[in-house]
Amino acid sequence: MYETKYHRATSVEAGARLMSEAEDGKFLAGGMTLIPTMKQRLASPSDVIDLRRIEAMKGIVISGRTVRIGAATTHYDVSIDEELAKICPAIVSLAAHIGDPQVRNMGTIGGSIANNDPAADYPSSMLALDAMIITNERSIPASDFFVGLFETALEPGEIITAVEFIAPDRAAYKKFPNPASLYAMAGVFVARSGDVIRVAVTGAGENGVFRLIDAEAALASNFSSAALDSLIVNPDGLLSDMHASADYRANLVKVMARRAIAEIANRPM
Amino acid sequence: MAKVELFVNGRAVKGEAEDRALLVHFLRENLGLTGTHVGCDTSQCGACVVHVDGRAVKSCTMLLAQASGSSVTTIEGLSQNGELHPLQVAFRENHALQCGFCTPGMIMSSADMIRRHPEGLDEATVRLELEGNICRCTGYHNIVKAVLDASDKLRKAPSEAA
Repeated sequence: MYETKYHRATSVEAGARLMSEAEDGKFLAGGMTLIPTMKQRLASPSDVIDLRRIEAMKGIVISGRTVRIGAATTHYDVSIDEELAKICPAIVSLAAHIGDPQVRNMGTIGGSIANNDPAADYPSSMLALDAMIITNERSIPASDFFVGLFETALEPGEIITAVEFIAPDRAAYKKFPNPASLYAMAGVFVARSGDVIRVAVTGAGENGVFRLIDAEAALASNFSSAALDSLIVNPDGLLSDMHASADYRANLVKVMARRAIAEIANRPM
Repeated sequence: MAKVELFVNGRAVKGEAEDRALLVHFLRENLGLTGTHVGCDTSQCGACVVHVDGRAVKSCTMLLAQASGSSVTTIEGLSQNGELHPLQVAFRENHALQCGFCTPGMIMSSADMIRRHPEGLDEATVRLELEGNICRCTGYHNIVKAVLDASDKLRKAPSEAA
């Protein structure tokens, strides 16, 4: 790791100020991507500004069906939240299957979506749940937030403080994890609220997370896995790498979508 | 330089190190707690797992400065009053170590796992939860047995679950 300066922010305002004073700073949340990247010397920020101890950015608040998850909430804390499990078990299950237990103890939802790894799990949930990404400056709809590979709508120095969404009537997330890294080779989050169905895919797109509009249309008229029998997922624009070809990923997307819908059908809520 | 203050195995510790220093290096090189191992150094193998504020983390993937103010438990801090922790006993009795390099991380991860599963464990859960720990002797079978054994014993005698 190259030399760097460590700063601990105790408030969102302090974090923003520290970043504005840094020459080439990076925000540090759980560090589960940033620190390995710095160790490999693929990142060399002059300053790291630790946001993990900002109490105002932690915790889950539920009022009615509105869910607000603080950006510094760990995957583990999401995975064990009983109130959240009652109204949106899909996101609890998603969090419980990110990486390994040590990653879940440190990694945060804000860090995950700010990094926007094309194989990360959370971006699919944000897109399918039509979530709002709340920053210290504004609120950004998830559909505008995820811009491309490792790229988001965040401006330099902008800090995600929370995400907010309305719990869907029903939802499920299914992924096919890479057996070594456990990152999604294809992950599909399906959410249904009334007549509105949103299907978001992670792990498979060349530009990161995307909505599977054809599947949404097919499910709108018939919400069952059979509705996807004739769905053809176009491999154009899908990732092709040593782990899986685009054609294989296209098939995985369809299979994971069907599994997600089967889970919804088999679950009481 | 980062000035840090933390509790390690119940003892207040002060230190100074470069801002880029990793927690594992401080434990090993400054405090001499060499039970915590550096295996892969790429966050894969889990030989460096310690507890930070009660939760298992890979100490090769955390800056020392991040841990300042925290309470850290290493493998050296697990035994109480000269008595091995029930997990340490179970690893010995079940022959759950071959070369022993991964053992400290396996035990620290397993202690966290048992804490998170007061309802008890089954083999599938243990295997899933050990995802972040690699044993290159491939001695997983007895490791899983040892974790199940310790989990059972701790449930029968919860007072020892310190």
